[in-house]
Order: sequence, then structure tokens, then C-alpha cells
Amino acid sequence: MTRKKHISNAIVYIVLIVISVIWLFPFVGLALQSFRSYISEFGGMVNYLIPKKFTLDSYKFLFSGECQFPRWYMNTLIIAVAATVFNTIIIICVSYALSRLRFKGRRALMNIWLVLGMFPGFLTMICLYFLLKMLGLTQSGAVPGLILISVAGAGMQYYVCKGYFDTLPKALDEAARIDGANRAQILLIMIVPLSKPIIIYTALLAFMAPWCDFVFASYVAFGYSASYNVAVALQQWVWTNDFQGYFTRFCAGGILVAIPVTILFMCLQKYYVEGVTGGSVKG
Amino acid sequence: MEEKKSIGSRIGAFFRWIGRDLADIGITFARGDWKTRISFLVVGLGQILRGQYVRGISVLCLAAAMLFYIFGFGLSYLKDILTLGTQGRGFNPDGTISLGDNSFLILLYGILTIIVILALVLVWRINLRQNREAQELLAQGKALPSNRKDLYSVLDRNFDKTLLALPVLGIFVFTVLPIIFMICVAFTNYDYNHQAPAKLFTWVGLENFRNIFSIGGEGYGGTFFTVLAWTLIWAFFATFLNYFLGMAVAIMINKKGIRFKKLWRTILVMTIAVPQFVSLLYIGKMFASDGLVNAYLLKWGLIQKAIPFWTNPTYARILIIVINLWIGIPYMMLIATGLLMNIPEDLYESARIDGANSFQMFFKITLPYMLFVTGPFLLTQFIGNLNNFNVIFLLNQGRPQSMNLKGGAGYTDLLVTWLYKMTINDTDYKMAAVIGIMVFIVTAVISLVVYNFLPSVKDEEGFQ
Repeated sequence: MTRKKHISNAIVYIVLIVISVIWLFPFVGLALQSFRSYISEFGGMVNYLIPKKFTLDSYKFLFSGECQFPRWYMNTLIIAVAATVFNTIIIICVSYALSRLRFKGRRALMNIWLVLGMFPGFLTMICLYFLLKMLGLTQSGAVPGLILISVAGAGMQYYVCKGYFDTLPKALDEAARIDGANRAQILLIMIVPLSKPIIIYTALLAFMAPWCDFVFASYVAFGYSASYNVAVALQQWVWTNDFQGYFTRFCAGGILVAIPVTILFMCLQKYYVEGVTGGSVKG
Repeated sequence: MEEKKSIGSRIGAFFRWIGRDLADIGITFARGDWKTRISFLVVGLGQILRGQYVRGISVLCLAAAMLFYIFGFGLSYLKDILTLGTQGRGFNPDGTISLGDNSFLILLYGILTIIVILALVLVWRINLRQNREAQELLAQGKALPSNRKDLYSVLDRNFDKTLLALPVLGIFVFTVLPIIFMICVAFTNYDYNHQAPAKLFTWVGLENFRNIFSIGGEGYGGTFFTVLAWTLIWAFFATFLNYFLGMAVAIMINKKGIRFKKLWRTILVMTIAVPQFVSLLYIGKMFASDGLVNAYLLKWGLIQKAIPFWTNPTYARILIIVINLWIGIPYMMLIATGLLMNIPEDLYESARIDGANSFQMFFKITLPYMLFVTGPFLLTQFIGNLNNFNVIFLLNQGRPQSMNLKGGAGYTDLLVTWLYKMTINDTDYKMAAVIGIMVFIVTAVISLVVYNFLPSVKDEEGFQ
């Protein structure tokens, strides 16, 4: 019996180690290739993994003034922080209203939003572009424009947060109302502090999304490189033929983007897990 | 149940409701005093005359702004909505330059004007109701709610309106209006050859829908069904492979006697933490013809010629599903870990006493429980995968393209990535709009059908 157990555990360990290697390989590769010099070796695709000499040339390039990497980084950070603050506030407001308040049209509103969510987001791209252009929020104004779009759509992402509010006992609200609190006070003084995990989860998701937004961002900032975010700028280095020798520089930029986001995520992992498991069960 | 009502009875109910409402308006006028009656003409005046300044001024301002939009701006566009403009940019008969009409603006502002008119009717109706209430309260000798109380109500009785005003407005302007606009575009010939303002576009009825279903010749039908089939196959594999393998990994990590549980989990979670555009772009390049994988296979002499991972349709499709495991397994592992711990340990204990082995326990206890609990989650995952833009686009942009496929589609394109390409590369907005509507139909049908079959929806207490 114990022998059998040992063998099965050994198999599991082997599988887990293989999985870990596969899962980590892209990150190791990314990091290794970012240290290959595009000056003394070659910046494009090569047929070996470990650079012949480790240099920081690719990183130096990013901050050399030859490209606007710091600017792109700041743009993304601004969008991410603004989206985090405003999206979270909006999602809390909507979730509270839909979870705790009963008003005419509540069901209808939820159903309409559900149906709207079934349309693909990219469908409305030209129309959104036009609306932003009318407000002067394209090209040079792309950063506030992207924030506006993100915040405007935030209300429809209430599901997980509302699900959490639904689990808070209603008796709390009633007790507070007897004590003379109005509904705004209940939200601010009671519900928000009780919902810390889900608020952190919501904020984390809102913060992570802009780092990956290259589709709409490239459309809105079209041709105006000072308004790019990192995703838009770096994907060009991989895809466009004009940037053939830029692969190592993409790797370096990718590392600089990945490190802070990853650290933040790992610190808040607990809340993320709570959010996804809670959200998945309720559906 | 409310949802089970037939459409016929719903329509009937709608018209009865309209009838009742009209009758109600009539009664309000007939029994109204002069203050109520004057509000039929000037919205909010009755409230102001009764001293309810907050209510009166707010509805008055709303109605004034709407009227200003309709007459100052909207109607000039709305009048052309049936033709979407008749005169393009060019020269007038007398030789002067004419700016001409702009179909895009006519359609957009025309839709907006219709909606504003409906909203104005709603404000007018609310205004009548407020008047009637106030009049009835006064007739019963009661005091009207004070302005202070009205103001305070936005934090209490009407707090829902305060909370939802901005989100609803944002969704209206940047989601609802654009969607209505694009649905209308599907019935026009708005494309590369009909770009406003230089050229006008106009209504063409169901022409584009005929195009997307017509197979052979110039029709998009063949391509559409190829892409649709791949979209469904992809979503199926992406959802269920991730689901079962993710669960398997979770079970392995949680197995008794396995150490470093936290380490394994952290390694896997890295894929969720690192932005996908970094990791997926890198992996996409890894499998390129000059990428690392081919390079090492060649170097070790395992192959003679680079494997065309991204240029052979079948390889590309399989590879995308496999790489998606890299993204999907950690996510499912996290969810499964939480849920597996919820399964009561004594279920396993009694199964063990009855002599069940671990496979039997998995198929008789774990799997049924997981399927039951995660039914809705699987549905949302499936829908999400139908629209999984990032994985497809970052890995190989839907390629390989082919002469057999129309509209710039490639063999790994999903409907959404095809839609994106049509908007950006071909500026074929009309067909992009049609595809968008198709995606909506597919999503809605699958959601409705599956949702009604889910055990956890039918029977909420089922697994207890």
C-alpha cells in the first residue's frame, strides 16, 4: 500500500515538474533573449536561446530617447490608474443599486445589459471612434479617450460584485435603517468596508486590462505615437516588417511591463482567487 | 414563471398597458386643475406653481434641453433618415462647392433624435404623474413633500437613480447608441466605396444578409460557414479541454502527500499575472518558421525542414488550441481548487469503505459535483471563447489566409477576429456589422438553449 502510494506520488511529482518547466519556459526565454545585444549580436530572431554575451543594450535603448518607451509606459499607467479608480466606483454603485435597492425597471435593466453584452465589443469600433473624435479625444487625446471608453462601459461588469453584495445579510441594512442611516450612508459606511476583498478584485481587474489593450488603443491613437500605450507600441515591433531587428527590444519592454504587473498580481492573488471562484459558482 | 409567457400574450399586455396609460393621461387632464393642465403644455410649470421648485425646475430643464436638441439640431438630420442623404460632396449646378450630406451623421444623429423624442415623451409623462400626485395630495388636505425632502431623496428613496444615472448614461452613449447604429449599418451599403462624407451610402435592405448566406460566386457564404464552424470547434475544445485538464492539475496539486503546493500553484498563476500581449506574442514567435522551436528541432536533427506551424491551417488550429491550454489550465486550476475543497470529505470516506478506487470516486463524486456547480461557469467560458480575440489575434492574427476565403479571413479566424479585420483592413463596415449581428445571434441562441438545460438552474437544491 505505501509502496503504491510512493509510486503514484512520484508520478505526480514528475508530471508537476514537467508542467512547471513548460509553464515557465516562455518567461525564461523572454528574459534570456532580452539580454541579447541588438548591436553586437542580432536583434531579430536567432536559432539559440542563451545569448552569447549578456548585455543591457535592449534596455538602454528603451530609455535612450530613440523611442518613446517611458512616455508609452506613463500613458498605460495613467489609463490603468484612472480606470481602476473610476471603474471600481462605478461598479460598486451599480452593484449596490442592483443588489440592495428595489426599484421599477430593475429586472428590465439587468436583462437589457445582459443582451447588450452578447454583442461583440469590436462591432461598434468605428462608431466609438467617431464619437471620441467629436469630443477631440483621438490621436493626441487618445489617453483620456481610452479612459472615457473604459469608464463608460464599466457599469455592465457588475456581476461578480453584485453576487458578493447579495451574500451580505439584509438584516444589516435594516438595522442601520432603524438607526436612521440613509441608503447612501449604508453603502459608504457599511457595505464598502465589508466588501474589501471584492473591491480589491474589481480594482485589480480594472488595473490589469489596459496593459493588454492593443486593439482599440491602436485604432484611437492611430499614427500618433506619443499617445500609444505599451501594448500598441510593442506589438508593432513584433509584427511590422519595418522593425525586423527589434525582437530583443520587444523582449526587454515586455519584461519591464510584466514585472510590476506580475508583482502586484501576486501580492493580491488571494483576492483574485476569491473573486474568480465566487464569480464562477454563481455564474 | 414570468419568462414562460408567450410572445403573443406579452404583445397583448403591452398594448393593454399603452391603452391604460392613454386613458390615465385623459383622466389626468379631465380632472386636473389649471396648474395640472398647464403642465401638459409647459413641462414642470405646475410643480413650480405649487412650490415644488426642485421637481419643476429639473423636469423643465430636461425637457428644454431635449427640445433644444430636437429642433435646433436633430430634426435636420432626422428628415433625411429614409434616404441617408441625396447630395454628395461636389459642385452645385451653379458651380459653387457643396459640402453635401453626410450619411454617417444623418444615421447617427437621426437615431439619437428618435431616442431623444421618446425620452421627451417619458419626461412629459413623469411630469403629468407628478402633477396628478401633487393635486391629489392637496385635495386630501395633505402637505406636499418639501423641496428639502426632494433633494434629500436622491440619497435615500431615490438613491438608485443617483447611483445608476452616470453608468446608464455612459452605457447609453458608448454602447447602446453605437450598437443601434451598427445594426442599422448592416442594412446599408456602407463600405470602402461608400465612405462618408465623400460618398454617400444608403439603405439596401437585406442585401448584406443575402450575401453572407449565399454560397458560391461572390457570396460570403462559404467563408462565413467555414469561420463559424471553426469558431464553434475552437470554443468547444478551448472550454472543455481546459476544464478537464485544469481540474486534473488541481487534483494533482491537492493530492495528499504532495508537497510545495503553493509553489506549483504560483508557477501556474504566472500566466494569469503576465499581460497576455507579452506572453502570447512571445509564444507566437517561438513557433514561427524561424522561431526557437523550429531552430532547436533542426539543430538536433529531429526534422529536416522547418515545420510550418502557422502557415498550415491544420497545424495552426491544433497549435492554437494547445497553446490556449497554457492560458486556460491555471485559471481552471484556481477555480477547481476552491471547489474541490468544498466537497464533503465523508463522501469520499464512505466510498472508500465501500471499496471504490480513485477513478470510481472521481467519476461518481468529483465530476458530477463539479459539473453541477460549474454549469453556468462553463456556459460563460464557452461564450467567452467564442469571442476570444486575444489568443487568436496575438498568436497568429487568424492566419493562414487563403484565396478560398473571402473578406480577408484566415483559417484560424474566429467571427470576432474576422469582424475586426473587416473593420480595419477592408473598411467593409456593412459586412462587419452583419457578422456582429451573427455573433450576437449565435451567442444568444447558445445561452438560451444551454441555460434552460442546466441542472443547477432547473433544480437549485439538487446537490445537497
